[in-house]
Amino acid sequence: MTSTVNGSDVQQSTTGAEERPILEVKDLEVAFNTQEGKVTAVDGVSFTLYRGQSLAIVGESGSGKSTTAHAIINLLPGTGHIAGGQILLDGQDLAKTSQRDMESIRGRKIGFVPQDPMSNLNPVWSIGFQVEEAIRANGIATGRKEVKARAIEVLKQAGLQDADRRLKQFPHQFSGGMRQRVLIGMGLAADPQLLIADEPTSALDVTVQRVILDHLESLTRELGTTLLFITHDLGLAAERAEQLVVMYKGKVVESGPSLQILQNPQHPYTQRLVAAAPSLASRRIQATGSVSAAEASMSEDAAAAAGDTIDLIATAEARHEAVEAAASKAPAIVVENLTKVFKIRGSGEFTAVDDVSFQIPKGTTMALVGESGSGKSTVAKMLLKLEDATSGKIIVGGKDLEKVSRSELFELRSRMQPVFQDPYGSLNPLRNIGNTIAEPLYTHKVGDTASRRARVLELLDQVSLPRTLVGRYPNELSGGQRQRIAIARALALKPEIVVLDEAVSALDVLVQAQILRLLADLQAELDLTYLFITHDLAVVRVIADHVAVMQKGRIVESATTDEVFDNPKEQYTKDLLAAIPGANLKLGA
Amino acid sequence: MPSNTRPSQAHYVAPIEETPLVAIDSVKAEGKPSNLWTDAWRDLRKRPMFWISAVMIVILVIVALFPTLFTSVDPRYCQLSLSNQGPGGDSLLGYNRQGCDIFARIIHGTSTSLAVGLIVSFLVALLGVIFGAFSGFYGGWLDAVLSRIGDIFFSIPYILAAVVVMSVFSQYANVWTISLAIGAFAWPATARVLRAEILRVKNADFVMAATALGVSRFRILLRHVLPNSIAPVLVITTISLASAIVAEATLSFLGVGLPSTTMSWGNDISQAQVDLRTNPQTLILPSIALSVTVLSFIMLGEVIRDALDPKARAQR
Repeated sequence: MTSTVNGSDVQQSTTGAEERPILEVKDLEVAFNTQEGKVTAVDGVSFTLYRGQSLAIVGESGSGKSTTAHAIINLLPGTGHIAGGQILLDGQDLAKTSQRDMESIRGRKIGFVPQDPMSNLNPVWSIGFQVEEAIRANGIATGRKEVKARAIEVLKQAGLQDADRRLKQFPHQFSGGMRQRVLIGMGLAADPQLLIADEPTSALDVTVQRVILDHLESLTRELGTTLLFITHDLGLAAERAEQLVVMYKGKVVESGPSLQILQNPQHPYTQRLVAAAPSLASRRIQATGSVSAAEASMSEDAAAAAGDTIDLIATAEARHEAVEAAASKAPAIVVENLTKVFKIRGSGEFTAVDDVSFQIPKGTTMALVGESGSGKSTVAKMLLKLEDATSGKIIVGGKDLEKVSRSELFELRSRMQPVFQDPYGSLNPLRNIGNTIAEPLYTHKVGDTASRRARVLELLDQVSLPRTLVGRYPNELSGGQRQRIAIARALALKPEIVVLDEAVSALDVLVQAQILRLLADLQAELDLTYLFITHDLAVVRVIADHVAVMQKGRIVESATTDEVFDNPKEQYTKDLLAAIPGANLKLGA
Repeated sequence: MPSNTRPSQAHYVAPIEETPLVAIDSVKAEGKPSNLWTDAWRDLRKRPMFWISAVMIVILVIVALFPTLFTSVDPRYCQLSLSNQGPGGDSLLGYNRQGCDIFARIIHGTSTSLAVGLIVSFLVALLGVIFGAFSGFYGGWLDAVLSRIGDIFFSIPYILAAVVVMSVFSQYANVWTISLAIGAFAWPATARVLRAEILRVKNADFVMAATALGVSRFRILLRHVLPNSIAPVLVITTISLASAIVAEATLSFLGVGLPSTTMSWGNDISQAQVDLRTNPQTLILPSIALSVTVLSFIMLGEVIRDALDPKARAQR
């Protein structure tokens, strides 16, 4: 018994003996010095973590979740510094520990798994060298043979079965999932008491993500390692951690046991987050009864504060009715036996898209789902004629894309518009919003200056952005706002078809939900046909009418959304569905 | 799992007044619009280095355009009886070997240096942008041809090339020909930098979006790619202006530059070299004028480069 456990209803854990928390963060404050003065990124964050537990910090970009993690291991970037509070690791205050002492704590007491497996391994050194370096730095083993033996052991533990053979290989010879395994192995090399994993799987495909997380979970349980998770995905956090800390703008808004928070979110922000999380929403559609219960639980002032609360369920239900009517109409897009073969220097040919066929009825949404490398984006590019097909047919609005003349293609382009994934890259940073949205009108010589301006303002209204943005530049807008501008630009010529290539993947959940609703509203209003390219099955449920699942260039399963979700035929589809984080959580039961 | 929860980890909810919600994705509408160029300008205005170099350059331009405002002495009126006389009397800086007023010659030589600098940097920017933009944007055989041409010119040091050209065509030597000789060999560095920038920018999503809109290739180059890759060219051009001034002085010093009848700092330095030990000021004074001018442009280039680089800006 120690002073940290106080008072009345002390609930002893079954294992007993370790009442002292392994990590205790008290009123942590982290600040950055900028040109505009001191900016507080983390403000009064407190949480406690006991041995063998797992805790997840959840928040959107800019919420301070990663900064908190970096403060714990004293690796704050740039001008960041701990401005107040305590970080107690086994009673030792890390906020007051010198850099040199910190070096011996990192690795040995606290392991760290970084976010991006692609850039966190040095490409010029072999995997073996890098793992051995970590082992030597932590003084776990000395002597070449011991270090090498330990490196192999660490990698095997992390799930690389043929580790002894692969030690000499370089990072580029490893897939993303395997690199993340290496990083996890390195983080756990010195058998630390605490492992901090900063978005360990967000750069990976869902099925790989699931395998890695399963492995991480069993490994930490086996070794008795305490796990601190940083993630933006509420579903994933709730599924993988016992404890949740929800952060918002540098502050903790809600914390406690995961299920309790998920089933009964109290703070309006958490309520919004739970309502908007597509992975959770997709479960809640089936359990229609529980929806109203969750909504009723929102207190009245909270509902008022969250005036723009997003309800994906209502959106999804409205869509269902529209689809049935559309089924009888002529298809807007017909793709037949589409194949794309890339010639690779040295190693022959690579079939990116293999005999793909589908149809999209006018006014409906078709989702093309697949993991990275499945060829889904290549299909989109061929449809937009940014890439030529090797063989097969694409018929848009009755015209065969292969046979159109230059002027016909120019005309077709006005009827088919793309929205790309990265809202930071898809707008020219040197052109203001007004000119960006007006460019399609200008290119296709629609109207005069005055009517173009009027159309731009109308489009800004349509995507719910203030008209004052006309004279501003993309760098002044957030990701969600930029994506709205990209949508407005795509709609400028009143197209019939919009190709959305991962259009919401780079956005925070709340913003994502907003954009999804905007897309649904626009579809209903303008009778748009969407081809929705995504890796995220959770999003598909709320936006798509038909789903085609792609794997290695082929469509493995294609059916209506309900069929695919409720009754998947192919093992691959089942795997994908099972891998949706939070899919196994029972809510509101 | 609940059995694992300790009392200090009970469900906690922050008071709503301490963590007020803002509307999702609220728009900031106050303040002036900002993009790369307006941001850079705002940043420049705060830098003393920028103002120092800008004021010096403005003074130099005024001196070059209206030399008689600064001296009424005729720089061509030279009396051998005054040869190498020190400052005093009518003369601020004394006289050179020919008995010409040093101050008047420095003032009147300014326009030559600036003219050479401006013409050369214009040529370098023009050739560099044409070669760099076309080879980077269109790629393929055009890139191969244009890049090889650039490599050929790059492999010859431009000072050496200008020396050869100017000594062959010495009878035509004037400000224009010397600028042409320097500019014709100094552009490949600019072209290479721009080509690299264009290669980076042309893969941006906004270029793909414009292509999907049906915007023509050339228009994409002009409207989207070039404006986003021109910033480094601006920096190099400013600095190349300084090196062109040095190159002109070097050529004149070597005797293959401007004819001795043209007033130029390079010529004055060249003619003063015999008196370096007895009357060093006749050489040092025009050299100082040269250094100050070159320094002004290099400082301007450096400060513009810092302002245009958002990363460098954030670190300050």
